[in-house]
Amino acid sequence: MNGPHDLGGQMGFGPVAPEKDEPSFHAEWEKRALGITLSCGAFGAWTIDESRHARENIPPAAYLAVSYYELWIRGVETLLKRYGFATGEELLSGHKLQDGTAPKRVLKAEMVPAVLAKGGPCDRPVETAPLFAAGERVKTKNFNPATHTRLPRYARARTGVVEAVQGSFVFPDDNAHGKGENPQWLYTVVFEGAEIWGEGADPSLTVSIDAWESYLERV
Amino acid sequence: MLLGEDFDLHEEHRDHNHIHSHDHHDDHHHHDNHYSDMQARVKALETLLTEKGLIDPAAIDVIVETYETKVGPRNGAHVVAKAWSDADFADWLKRDATAAIASLGFTGRQGEHMRAVFNTADTHNLVVCTLCSCYPWSVLGLPPVWYKAPAYRSRAVIDPRGVLAEFGLTLPEEKKIRIWDSTAELRYLVIPERPAGTEGMDEAALAGLVSRDAMIGTAIAGSPEALR
Repeated sequence: MNGPHDLGGQMGFGPVAPEKDEPSFHAEWEKRALGITLSCGAFGAWTIDESRHARENIPPAAYLAVSYYELWIRGVETLLKRYGFATGEELLSGHKLQDGTAPKRVLKAEMVPAVLAKGGPCDRPVETAPLFAAGERVKTKNFNPATHTRLPRYARARTGVVEAVQGSFVFPDDNAHGKGENPQWLYTVVFEGAEIWGEGADPSLTVSIDAWESYLERV
Repeated sequence: MLLGEDFDLHEEHRDHNHIHSHDHHDDHHHHDNHYSDMQARVKALETLLTEKGLIDPAAIDVIVETYETKVGPRNGAHVVAKAWSDADFADWLKRDATAAIASLGFTGRQGEHMRAVFNTADTHNLVVCTLCSCYPWSVLGLPPVWYKAPAYRSRAVIDPRGVLAEFGLTLPEEKKIRIWDSTAELRYLVIPERPAGTEGMDEAALAGLVSRDAMIGTAIAGSPEALR
């Protein structure tokens, strides 16, 4: 979707504000927000792609105004309601009012080290050979789905060069919407700055994205 | 007011607080108020989920402790120092970064599919996630606030020199700048160039020259003189 999250090339946000000796967290609630988000992800009810899409659906004015941990909390609340783990009334009251969906798994303290160390690999085998090879010129498609995609707006309908075939991975555009993992080949595609930004682009700039095969066509 | 999926009862509750903070005509107070509002909102969520048996608050403690004390940029600095000291390791890192990094004990969440990108005399690498906050947790820990914020995510791909200047880094005009937008599940670690005057330094000392920002690309490695 062309949501507020798709920020590449937008202007007006002012300078970057690096913080010297930045702490890991700026408030106690941020620690809990991290832990709650990871714990709820462990239910096995939704995928990381659906979780990203829930954040992308936060209305633009709010998305751009709040901190990233607040985006996480808003996203996880949406998913808890969607999957019947909690109701809106429960979220407002902060207390259990009724039984809800039972999760496949509850993350207990003793499970955490192994779960974090394992992560969630999302490379998957595919039957087909890759359509494109390193060194080949390709063009990204122009599309504007209302659903989840990982092809940023700035990189649509641009011609670049395949730098590497990176393996085959879960396709987020499907996986975010419960349509299955449907893995595809993934390519690192490099664009000249001028191909993306046109007149006045920094001549020393190249930008790469990681693009699933169905994002690309032959030139 | 637009009523989207996320603009639920919480939103009305928040608006009340906003009106309250407006009475004070004080932006700082407004910010504090919002943070205390979030403190209450997240506390309510944790209480609810605990009552429903959906989460274990002790698991949250372990997650937080992991990223406060165990998983952070020291991991990445170790990888860089080893790459500087051991040509075979550097070569392995180029071919299979996930395996090379795992050999040092750094694996797991948001580091499942690693790629190491090497700065050279010709090219400086800079990593961003324009679409969200993808970041190599297993070697750098949790991302800093600026990495997740709109200013960096919007400008790194169009005005990297402007962004680098805000970090105090000015590169020669002829230096090529390569931006890696982390649009998939590959996680990028920048291997900065080894600074001059570091011959004979051991890995532990070299790691001390490698900042988190140098491994994102918003800095270069420190010089040994700066340490003295």
